[in-house]
Amino acid sequence: MEKMIVAKTGNEAMAEAMRQINPDVVAAYPITPATEVVQIFSSFVADGRVDTEFVPAESEHSALSACVGAAAAGGRVMTSTASQGLALMHEVLFIAAGLRLPIVICEVNRSLSGPINIHCDHSDTMASRDSGWIQIYSEDSQEAYDNTIQAMKIAEKVFLPAIVSVDAFIISHSMERLEILPDEEVQAFIGEHRKPYDLLDVDNPITLGGLDLQDYFFEHKRQEIEAMKEAKAAVIEVGKEFGEKFGTSYGFFEEYRMEDADLAIIALGSTAGTTKVVVNALREKGMKVGLFKIRVFRPLASEEIKKSLEHMKAIAILDRADGMSSFGGPVFHEIRSCLYESEKRPIVTNYIYGLGGRDIFPEEIESVYKDLEKVAEKGEVKNLINYLGVRE
Amino acid sequence: MKKGWKELPIGTQIIKPGSSEDFKTGDWRIEKPIIDFDKCIHCLICWIYCPDSSIYVNDNKVTGINYDFCKGCAICAEECPKDAITMQSEVESE
Ligand code: SF4
Ligand code: SF4
Repeated sequence: MEKMIVAKTGNEAMAEAMRQINPDVVAAYPITPATEVVQIFSSFVADGRVDTEFVPAESEHSALSACVGAAAAGGRVMTSTASQGLALMHEVLFIAAGLRLPIVICEVNRSLSGPINIHCDHSDTMASRDSGWIQIYSEDSQEAYDNTIQAMKIAEKVFLPAIVSVDAFIISHSMERLEILPDEEVQAFIGEHRKPYDLLDVDNPITLGGLDLQDYFFEHKRQEIEAMKEAKAAVIEVGKEFGEKFGTSYGFFEEYRMEDADLAIIALGSTAGTTKVVVNALREKGMKVGLFKIRVFRPLASEEIKKSLEHMKAIAILDRADGMSSFGGPVFHEIRSCLYESEKRPIVTNYIYGLGGRDIFPEEIESVYKDLEKVAEKGEVKNLINYLGVRE
Repeated sequence: MKKGWKELPIGTQIIKPGSSEDFKTGDWRIEKPIIDFDKCIHCLICWIYCPDSSIYVNDNKVTGINYDFCKGCAICAEECPKDAITMQSEVESE
């Protein structure tokens, strides 16, 4: 198979994946801070390179609502958003998941206001993490491209919507080497569109979105929870198949030099790339350090996370969003909770970093590993929650 | 028995057309309208006004009230020109 090697930004990579998926409907609205993803995609529509019905909506709330309608009517549906746009979609996120519609959003991680900001952090997707959407974080443009294609297939396997995200600017606006698959290979991989039902099937009429009160709501939510459990198997199955066909396999997470590591950093997105550089440098100096990159945050692979991490001496969890609980970030809470079930229960600390696009440097990540070394030596934690790169 | 989560169709689909007829919306009524047919002149004003289409009419004549859907709003009693409809407490009529 002939892969095409091109230079593309993260935005272009995701738009390219959307073009190859060739969805029936894309409804979008470029609220500030929008990224170029749908703009690029709309040029594919204008040039006749896709068969997509493009619906320019008057807000992100309407955009996702139109997606819900289109998916309920039996279409393969995608959209793209970022930050405030995802926040404006918030209400409809739950509806799409509740109605079990396999919509895919290409998302660019940008800070939620206020204060007003357009740069990278994970506050937008973290605020949506309990909405019933599968969440896949990408380290670079290649992953954003690969993840978008896989997300479509995973979503349609379990009938849950999925968000694929990349870090704003760092990935979305930076040009990188990208391997693009042939169009027909992408089509063959995602396969025939699978829909949960078809609202336009007049021979088998159904009602959707009915009032669902005390006597049925809980049962429908229980089904949704089960679908999220099933999504675990789908993520693995699709990630493996992707590897067999195209060379790179994907799972819930990537374990980088973790085999014999004692100290680990856990990160999502582009910071994982920076951390790998630091891991390599510290390994040269003989430190047993590793990186545990979370790719899929929803569903949360709790058992697998526990198994992979319980033998560590100390772990630092990097959170690019704070939970505003006064007790650290969301990734910290969830990973630490997975480890509670372990008898070994390693020391787990939290580092909030990079809010509002504040750069994170290798020296800072190195300082975290040094902190971990001390923590592991002493067996006690001085600061459980830390703020990395903020001026005191 | 209502179905459990494993048996229900996914995504809140209602797969039986017209099933809203099975949903008795009148069960929270606190007063029920009673028609005195000695007074009724079959002007059909109650039939026009009833917001829940709960007045039975047959052959241009009022024949009764559908208590499965009547919500007890008393609009019919208010509008009846002959005061042929009275509202009776559900508790007392039990
Ligand atoms: S409004 Fe009164 S008089 Fe007229 S049909 Fe109804 S009950 Fe009879
Ligand atoms: S009480 Fe209200 S709902 Fe019931 S029959 Fe009269 S108008 Fe209709």
